[in-house]
Amino acid sequence: MHSALRLPLLLLFTAAVSATDETALKAGVFSPPRQAPDFSLSGSNGSELKLTSYRGKVVVLAFGFTSCPDVCPITLATLAQARKKLGAEGSELQVVYITVDPERDDAERMRTYLASFDPTFIGGTGTAERLDAVRKEYGIVATRHPFHTSYLYAHSSFTYLIDREGKLRALMPYGHSADDYVHDLRILMAKQS
Amino acid sequence: MNALRRHGFLSAIATFALGATAWAGFAPIKPPPREALFEIPRGTWARRMSGSKIEILPAEIRLTLGLRDILVLRNLDEVPQIFGPTLMMPGQSLRLPFAVASSYTFACTAHLSGQMTIVVDPWPASPWARIRWRANELLTAKT
Repeated sequence: MHSALRLPLLLLFTAAVSATDETALKAGVFSPPRQAPDFSLSGSNGSELKLTSYRGKVVVLAFGFTSCPDVCPITLATLAQARKKLGAEGSELQVVYITVDPERDDAERMRTYLASFDPTFIGGTGTAERLDAVRKEYGIVATRHPFHTSYLYAHSSFTYLIDREGKLRALMPYGHSADDYVHDLRILMAKQS
Repeated sequence: MNALRRHGFLSAIATFALGATAWAGFAPIKPPPREALFEIPRGTWARRMSGSKIEILPAEIRLTLGLRDILVLRNLDEVPQIFGPTLMMPGQSLRLPFAVASSYTFACTAHLSGQMTIVVDPWPASPWARIRWRANELLTAKT
């Protein structure tokens, strides 16, 4: 091939591939993707939890609380199933679950809760102010409602898909199957940073 | 003679109405563009700050699986907005396909009420559902 044609053809091919990727995702795709805001929280593993620590992995970021009766257990079970289905590629995935209920969700409670789904899942907690700030950065809504003698939170139920470069690439609405996650995660994993 | 003519006229109208209903119920649906685009126009935040009570988006967006089931949200304003389910930066768009028929309620600062509902209807499989879908399309096109 003529060398002068190689670069334009390569650029055309790359553009075509990335355009296909964007529309191929089952999740909602951001265009252009922005850098996912970093945060510093207390990790359920006893260490500081920073998003940037997982640069190089694909991150699924979820918000919820361990007393959640429906949305959170279903989402986390789906993610655990997706990670299993990914097989060896599962090691390139990190699920990060940030609480909206700092009053009840300390690091230890989150560790026990998340381990029942998948021991590799990491939880994040902190002061109410710090968690508020993280939610604001990600446009997450969480409102507290009384429930019998206790309370519950109504919270955003979708998850964010963050690529290896730390870019907020997509938003997966609640209710998608493990297969849908596997499909999208494989596309994001195929992109090496 | 007059009665006969009137009878013929009414028969023609009835035949036409029946035919139109049968067509609406049984004719295959020509798929419309699958994307429903909604934009926050530039200057929305500034106009709100100056006291204008502008409603730029419908409080309820209706989509139909398999026909128009991809929501495209675009923030053309100069400030970030909670638009539909998420925070969107100026100039950013979100292309959100729906796969499950349901009603989705999101917080949305682009609405005065602070809320937006997206109703995703199932694919109109029955003749009655097709008639309703076509009627809705006609009404939406006129508004």
